[in-house]
Amino acid sequence: MSGPLFDLTVAIARIAVFFAFCFGLVVVMTWVERKGAAYIQDRRGPNRADILGVRAWGLFHPLADALKFLFKEDFIPDNAHRLFYQLAPMFSLAPAILGIAIIPFGPDVTVLGRKVALQIADLNVGILYLFAVSGMTVYGVVLAGWASGSKYPLLGGLRSSAQMLSYEVSMGLSLMGIFMVFESVRMSQIVTGQGGLLFGVLPKWGVFVQPLGFILFLVAQYAEANRTPFDLPEGESELVAGYHTEYGSFKFSMFMMAEYLHMVVGAAVVATLFFGGWQFPYLADAGFLFPGGAAVTLPPAAVFLLRIGAFVAKVLFFAWLYVWVRWTIPRFRYDQVMRLGWKVMLPLALLNIFATGLIMLLLKK
Amino acid sequence: MTIGIKKVARPREMSFPESLYLVEIVKGLGVTMGHMLGNIVRQEGIKTIEYPEVRRRMPPRFRGKHRLMKRENGSPRCVACYCCATACPAKCITIVAGESPDPAVEKYPVRFDIDMLRCVFCGMCVEACPCDAIRMDTGWFTPPDDTREKLIFTIDMLLEK
Repeated sequence: MSGPLFDLTVAIARIAVFFAFCFGLVVVMTWVERKGAAYIQDRRGPNRADILGVRAWGLFHPLADALKFLFKEDFIPDNAHRLFYQLAPMFSLAPAILGIAIIPFGPDVTVLGRKVALQIADLNVGILYLFAVSGMTVYGVVLAGWASGSKYPLLGGLRSSAQMLSYEVSMGLSLMGIFMVFESVRMSQIVTGQGGLLFGVLPKWGVFVQPLGFILFLVAQYAEANRTPFDLPEGESELVAGYHTEYGSFKFSMFMMAEYLHMVVGAAVVATLFFGGWQFPYLADAGFLFPGGAAVTLPPAAVFLLRIGAFVAKVLFFAWLYVWVRWTIPRFRYDQVMRLGWKVMLPLALLNIFATGLIMLLLKK
Repeated sequence: MTIGIKKVARPREMSFPESLYLVEIVKGLGVTMGHMLGNIVRQEGIKTIEYPEVRRRMPPRFRGKHRLMKRENGSPRCVACYCCATACPAKCITIVAGESPDPAVEKYPVRFDIDMLRCVFCGMCVEACPCDAIRMDTGWFTPPDDTREKLIFTIDMLLEK
């Protein structure tokens, strides 16, 4: 195959596969959320949807939901601003999926004698792109809140704009330590940097070199994704359903998909930055190399599969963590959210940068 | 003891590690995971029941759907005296009386409709009945249906139960 054609095929294939992975996981996550919530609360959860009598633990419910959303009346309230009302779900969904573009799913592979990165785009600005894109998500929520022409969505939109802007600050600052340690903002370099060992025992994962940064980033991510305990923009006990109160049918399902895409992409980002991405502990290119000196040689295909599997397992775990946390922790009060964001997270993030810089300076001497 | 001052137990001050919430959140996650794994392993321990297939046993004196009793020969025991319709606070019983073919019995109900949408399940009709012809001991409440007409129970439906 010629050069440009090969590049085009690879680009399209990568986009198709990674998008399919994300949307597939979104579908599964809606089921995991409902079923997990049920089991945590001593209920049975969805189990009625069946195809030819096969119920499969409610696995067909996402399909039934999608069909229901598709066939419902596409309703626009009289007071709504027609253009912005219809734009808002798109502004919500698009930035949520864009983040996946910079996630490395695995190590470089050689196809037809050429090197192919398992990453849609290895941007040199790397994580800064992610910040730019996730900063856009607030538009969807604010636009939905304002364009609905109703008081509860407006309150939800206002809350979410303040909340997302506040946590954006500590989210960015909490990652500074990672950039300092791995000396790059390029995602592929951060992942390769996490392949080494710390003190000869621990894998040099972000979570071990930046424990405080990890906690701060995780909390900020939950706030950015508007998930419990930070789901004040929805706040159904006060605001009916918050910013998407006036939305129905497929427009609502776009907000819903955006929320779950945030979870999936967020899980992939946490796994990449703090848990070594596709790095399998003690697995080098030729096989396992344990700290004691023991070594197991593996064929390259097995190494590759283990690494992809490690990445998928990490993503699944962090996606599940979103669900798990949601059904464990109650929602914050609004002033508590703001206090946590500005008075606790921000100083801690700054402290983390200072401490990381100090330690790196001392280690260099 | 003087009236007025009562000491209410307040939660104690949180210690420093507790006020960080991190350990407490992990403990909470442990509790929810325990519930989830427990429920996955022991499905029969889950409190909710699969309603239409599995039904809860109601207490013996539960006032449920009505039924009309029959005599030994199969005719309704009701003599269409209108006592139940008079006693009914919701006015949900409609009776049309007719002359009974049996010479020992004066009247019988040609129509005996109970509007289950209006019934308040007070049991007054059962208490008012002089012949023990109406009972509410079926042990189940009105099942849902999709039209109002289907929820007006006729004499045939009530005799069946």
